[in-house]
Amino acid sequence: MLSKRIIPCLLLKDHRLVKTKQFKNPNYIGDPCNTIRIFNELEVDELIILDINSYSKNHEINYSLLKDIATEAFMPMGYGGGIRTLDQARKIFEIGFEKIILNSLIFSSPSTVKKLVDEFGSQAVVGSVDYKNNFFSKKNYVYVNSGNTNTGILVLDYCKNLINLGIGEIILTSINREGTWLGFDLDTIKNIEKHINVPLIAHGGCGSEEDINTLFKLDICSLGIGSLVVYSKKDKGVLVNMPNRLNV
Amino acid sequence: MITIIDYGIGNVGSMLNMFKHIGVEAIIESNPIIIRKAKKLVLPGVGSFDAAMNNINSITGLRDVLDYKALAERIPILGVCLGMQLMTSFSEEGKVSGLGWIPSRTCRFPKHTSLKVPHMGWNVALPNKPNLLTKQLSDNSRFYFVHSYYVKVDDPVYSIMRTHYNIDFDSAIEKDNIYGVQFHPEKSHKNGMQILKNFSLI
Repeated sequence: MLSKRIIPCLLLKDHRLVKTKQFKNPNYIGDPCNTIRIFNELEVDELIILDINSYSKNHEINYSLLKDIATEAFMPMGYGGGIRTLDQARKIFEIGFEKIILNSLIFSSPSTVKKLVDEFGSQAVVGSVDYKNNFFSKKNYVYVNSGNTNTGILVLDYCKNLINLGIGEIILTSINREGTWLGFDLDTIKNIEKHINVPLIAHGGCGSEEDINTLFKLDICSLGIGSLVVYSKKDKGVLVNMPNRLNV
Repeated sequence: MITIIDYGIGNVGSMLNMFKHIGVEAIIESNPIIIRKAKKLVLPGVGSFDAAMNNINSITGLRDVLDYKALAERIPILGVCLGMQLMTSFSEEGKVSGLGWIPSRTCRFPKHTSLKVPHMGWNVALPNKPNLLTKQLSDNSRFYFVHSYYVKVDDPVYSIMRTHYNIDFDSAIEKDNIYGVQFHPEKSHKNGMQILKNFSLI
């Protein structure tokens, strides 16, 4: 049987590990390499590393940090943040990451996304979709540039388009719930899962082992967690940890 | 010393990282003249079957050296993921012939309503007979898989591990000095380290 995947999603800002709430107020967590070494010891299923500073103009991908991470970690790893060219992607794969995670590029240059899929294969290209619920219409719209720009496209339409581009996996993040510990946005996740035929990683809001179990019972096989694995409790101090596999 | 074959396809970096981590000397090499002197080979690979075989066939002298090392000199060779599939005679994924070192073929996963292809994530690979490559693994050893095609050996004697995903398939194979694993040992924590350690001691 294929195991369900619990994937820590770690955020980088200025080469430091941070945790945000609703994509705002980055709180310093620690040194990325030390933290990843702990996740390696805990034998986590997979790791996602996202540079949330990458929308700024002068951003450069920190290859030397990614290299340090890759020599410490022996699980599948994906990196996202500022990937715009095939050469950048190739460098990331050579370092030892097996997945690149694309967000704003999907909106700004779908043709480059297609080229990346053709060159490196669907399994290596993950689409990151951040969405926010509109207060008035109650509809979910996709945002890019670290949640700063509304694309005006509904989340389901956006995901279907990703599949057409050949993307092999989608990480779906609720901006409203990210860092809130309020639980997953189950309705949206269920609805998207029904309409796509690639693995879906549900992300945003996970606050307990119970939240994980609720999601797994809906046959959603992969999820991303942030706050739960870097804090000891809601509004408490930093503690790198993993939910107990026996409880989920 | 282990030589990781770089033929322009596959994650050679993570393989090298893992060997370094377990204290096994390894190098990445694409030059057939240097590969001819290798004592032990790893054939990695991700992507499509035809693209990989075309790459191997297009590097002057590489195909001959690989055949010589595998079939005449018979040094230990480990194929990983697509690298294992290349050791079969052919794949339903493409039209180009495989290396054909182990009597077997590469098939597409049957269509199934609830299971997604690729088979991606952690699954159990169960050793089905004692073998040097799978020494000291527990019965419930999980490994990381990413693949849309699977290997079917012609004779069960060549199968050394089995995995279930909709169907049962051969997740590790062996014929004499030639070994293949469908999963990624370099991305499978301690179980993966054990496999690579075992290979380094063969």
